[in-house]
Amino acid sequence: MSRVMKFSLALLAAGVAAVALVWALNVRDESPLTGLTDLANRPAAAPNAEQIRRGEYLARAGNCAACHTARGGALYAGGKGIDTPFGTLFAGNLTPDPATGLGNWSADEFWRALHNGRGRDGRLLYPAFPYANYTKVNRSDADALYAFLQSLPAVRQAAPAHELRFPYNTQAALAVWRALYFRPGVHQNEATQSVAWNRGAYLVQGLGHCNACHAARNSWGASESGLGGGLIPMQGWYAPSLADTAQASVAHWELGEIVSLFKTGVARGASVSGPMSEVVRGSTQYLSDPDLRAMASYLKALPQQPPIRPKAVAAIPGQRLGADVYAQHCASCHGKQGHGEPGIYPALAGNRAVTLEPGVNVLRIILQGGFAPATEAHPRPFGMPPFAVALSDAEIAAVASHVRQQWGNTASPLTAFEVSRARGKRAD
Amino acid sequence: MAQRVQACTTCHGKQGRAAPDGYYPRIAGKPAGYLYNQLLNFRDGRRHYGLMDELVAPLSDAYLREIAEHFAALDLPYAAPPPGNASPAQLRRGQDLALHGDATLKLPACVQCHGAKLTGLAPSVPGLLGLPRDYLNGQMGAWKSGQRRAHAPDCMGDIAKALSLDDIAAVSQWLAAQPLPAASKAVSELPVPLPLSCGGVPQAAMGKP
Repeated sequence: MSRVMKFSLALLAAGVAAVALVWALNVRDESPLTGLTDLANRPAAAPNAEQIRRGEYLARAGNCAACHTARGGALYAGGKGIDTPFGTLFAGNLTPDPATGLGNWSADEFWRALHNGRGRDGRLLYPAFPYANYTKVNRSDADALYAFLQSLPAVRQAAPAHELRFPYNTQAALAVWRALYFRPGVHQNEATQSVAWNRGAYLVQGLGHCNACHAARNSWGASESGLGGGLIPMQGWYAPSLADTAQASVAHWELGEIVSLFKTGVARGASVSGPMSEVVRGSTQYLSDPDLRAMASYLKALPQQPPIRPKAVAAIPGQRLGADVYAQHCASCHGKQGHGEPGIYPALAGNRAVTLEPGVNVLRIILQGGFAPATEAHPRPFGMPPFAVALSDAEIAAVASHVRQQWGNTASPLTAFEVSRARGKRAD
Repeated sequence: MAQRVQACTTCHGKQGRAAPDGYYPRIAGKPAGYLYNQLLNFRDGRRHYGLMDELVAPLSDAYLREIAEHFAALDLPYAAPPPGNASPAQLRRGQDLALHGDATLKLPACVQCHGAKLTGLAPSVPGLLGLPRDYLNGQMGAWKSGQRRAHAPDCMGDIAKALSLDDIAAVSQWLAAQPLPAASKAVSELPVPLPLSCGGVPQAAMGKP
């Protein structure tokens, strides 16, 4: 055999092996679909009211409606566009309409979507549906979710086709991505940890899919493990690290304060903002106190990273401008010394949302203002005005830098260029 | 309550009066049902304005209603209309449309729904006076293009689609140039029923059985 022939054969063999490996990695931990092959053996368990109620609770825990409901549309009927760096995906219809929703899905097929990231037709699903998290959900919870979704009123509404660029729109690219970054597997309890910690881990890592925002993503869109903070793709908000005391770590908080933040959106004189506001409003405010305490115990115990400190803080140009803008527009609520007013206006001195690195969140808050979420426990939140129209980029940069460097705050200054970039972002 | 809604008054002016920048509409004293419907429209994607969309997104129906009622209850004087730059012909056409409509275009007059003095019909039809010309133009244009919608049936959408851009400009110019009458509050009934069926307007207010 000639050398060329040998080389070609070896190359071919390597290619076949690679495809086989990607294939094998894509069908790991898949069980046969009993419902399809043997109808008689289909898990009978007729859904009962209790199971449906539990499914509704779990759907809240997963905040399914946040993506699977279009603005102003029917709950869970899908159609909302999710912008990603690879294109726009449209969330599916989860109501039991046979033509456009989950009406023809069996419990096995639903389980396979959650656990293996595979659609009813066998196609690989895009991980914007966070099945890398939902794979940790156990079968009994998946069945409850299924029972709940099947109990919804059917809505006939087909989701628009995804608008992804090549090659992200191919199954082959997805298969390679999954081979690299997706490992199916239900959450396993850690014997050395408490029951509450394990319950917390199950909720935070599974349905809660907290790391979808609170972890950086690599250039292929895969989330890093842990909750070390990350910029949320396309949204222009930074989800702070939950393992860094300079960011949003709660290691030093009382358990009750963490539960209160989840329940009401407010704690320690400050409130959630941006995308976390949607999480509290749509998800955590509905969770039971024991579940919230479990999540809090887990988050309190996260291994802590060394704090990310700003590089040397240089004296900034325009310091006087910052002080002037602050005196004119901010001091009447947040106070001359940035101390705020308890229960009404958050303090800015020592406020981690103000001093976060990167500083994009404080710019978004100044630009668009905002209300804390209206929750059952905190139904009439106060709102901060947007300053996008009243202040220029230079003025916003100056005042943001000012509050980041006063009253003991020592964060980096921000530039007008960063303000201009933050202006271009819209959440929805 | 005023302290809770400072987020609104930076743009809409102190206590919800129109700010002098020529775009943001006054919200003080508008009918509560109208304001509430608009807050829902922004939250649910029937109207679009980035800052409004984001502000109302985390709020509940109950709280939005309370905010609407707060601003509706304000009774503040109106400033005189700013000087306009409309031609006499444009103002004549605008006045014709507002007071008499256009039978050939099958357009009702503004006064048939918004009240004889154009101060609105409680609780859901807004007054049309005291608003900036650019805001009126912007809203009619948005309705015409489908960017702004109301609860179905969207009667204003149908009207704006039937209007030419010149007619929109004319009626906006004329409306923006009119002073408020002494009784500036919305009326509670019309002499004859509304000529159209409008979503978000209670049946009783339309004057129908």
